[in-house]
Amino acid sequence: MDALMNLGVGLFGAAWPAVWTLVKIVLIVIPLMLGLAYLTLAERKVIGFMQVRIGPNRVGPYGLIQPIADGLKLLFKEIIIPGNASKGIYLVAPMLSIAPALAAWAVMPFNDTLVLANIDASLLYIMAITSMGVYGVILSGWASNSKYAFLGAMRSTAQMVSYELAMGFSLICVLMVSGSLNLVEIVQGQQSGRFAGYGLNFLSWNWLPLLPMFVVYLIAGVAELNRAPFDVAEGESELVAGFHVEYSGMAFALFFLAEYANMILVAMLTSILFLGGWSSPVGFLPDSIIWLLAKTSCILFLYLWFRATFPRYRYDQLMRLGWKVLLPICLIWLVVVGIWMMSPLNIW
Amino acid sequence: MDFQTLVFYFLSAILVFAALRVITARNPIHAALHLILAFFTCGGIWALLQAEFLAIAIILVYVGAVMVLFLFVVMMLDVNIDRIRQGFWNYLPLGAVLGLLMVMEMGLVLSSKYLQAPAADAVVPAGVSNVREIGRLMFTDFVYPFELASIVLLVGMIAAIVLTYRGRKPSKYTNPNQQVFVKAKDRIRVLKMPVEKD
Repeated sequence: MDALMNLGVGLFGAAWPAVWTLVKIVLIVIPLMLGLAYLTLAERKVIGFMQVRIGPNRVGPYGLIQPIADGLKLLFKEIIIPGNASKGIYLVAPMLSIAPALAAWAVMPFNDTLVLANIDASLLYIMAITSMGVYGVILSGWASNSKYAFLGAMRSTAQMVSYELAMGFSLICVLMVSGSLNLVEIVQGQQSGRFAGYGLNFLSWNWLPLLPMFVVYLIAGVAELNRAPFDVAEGESELVAGFHVEYSGMAFALFFLAEYANMILVAMLTSILFLGGWSSPVGFLPDSIIWLLAKTSCILFLYLWFRATFPRYRYDQLMRLGWKVLLPICLIWLVVVGIWMMSPLNIW
Repeated sequence: MDFQTLVFYFLSAILVFAALRVITARNPIHAALHLILAFFTCGGIWALLQAEFLAIAIILVYVGAVMVLFLFVVMMLDVNIDRIRQGFWNYLPLGAVLGLLMVMEMGLVLSSKYLQAPAADAVVPAGVSNVREIGRLMFTDFVYPFELASIVLLVGMIAAIVLTYRGRKPSKYTNPNQQVFVKAKDRIRVLKMPVEKD
């Protein structure tokens, strides 16, 4: 590693830190892109098996080259701009939706030291950046000059704004017990505790004392991602495809990529905040990034499973769940955690 | 000129441009979008001043929540720009006086507090968490102003609801609360009948 650093300084001189950061960004983005390409294949395969179908199996062995074929097809398609669309905003909207989805990865830690930018308020940063993803949806719906797209955008925006509250409150509980906004410190806080002393680390993670918040975060996460059973924004039977109904080619692909990048992001955040991140479930195995990836994959599988299993919520039921069920649970548990932390029974 | 100064002027140029477009854009959606850009760049400048909590908070609160709802409303409204412009010259003197007054107020506040303080004093030493310090001050030294501000916000929220609430509408609507608790046996009755023989 030192030799590489010296070589870099020799080659680029004072610009080396900037170049090294760019290299690190590429090292995060390429596996992410590959991961989300294969997440689309996994989704089709998993749902296929759940519905007793085979799923894509024509391109390559077991359909393994399918995502590449899909990507190439989308690249070569024409981008059609509807008549009377607001052209500038129409073209900017897909970028506004993918940029926050990628920018949030800047502070994502993969183990104690493997993180691009270890800033103090990394959890706040992720919340701020992901809350901007809604502009891609709302602007694409408005700029398309289509009723279906506009209705989809309206629904999606209202939903994302409502569930952000429940999500924020469950995050407040996490940062109350860990006393830090830094994701690395949140994970390190979960590595100690009474059960961790017995070698049963997985009972010391946040999911157990904060179980209601874990469930709320999981549900609110699915709703934030606009995925089934909360995908009213693209309810096919009512709105054709929702906010991106007028988009084609790469512009459509950007929305698609943003959705899957956000899926991986929220899954990884869930495993970092509630499932101990890269810490191993039992004492005798070493901590490693493999645990983080395994936990993330399990939660991603849950998302696919939800989509294959649950029927779509009706719009008013969805709003009721967000405002009248999840939010009161959060408010109550916030007070419970506060009292718990001030009482002699405090375990943190 | 070092890199930080360069970034500052770059962000400031965008901020001033975006702020100007907010008041000159003919399309209200474009104006709202430029306001979002202004907030975002403002967050960038604050991050440059090492006020990372404020920088993230303005993006989280204003860009992520307030402007979304604002954009929502602007999209729904049918704003006719020509009708709005009709009284422009009548209102201009009043607006100009108010604007000058606000500039004067801002100047007074800024000159008394910040112009004397050298920039080097504002540097945050390494290892100090901005967020932790703000939280500590907010709940110790400034707890009464903080609570007062929360109450003002609460009053505003309640006022908005009271002003727009026009009583329950007499229309027929479904209650999702009752719907989700429905069980199969409330809706269908399975009858057991003995086989009838002639």
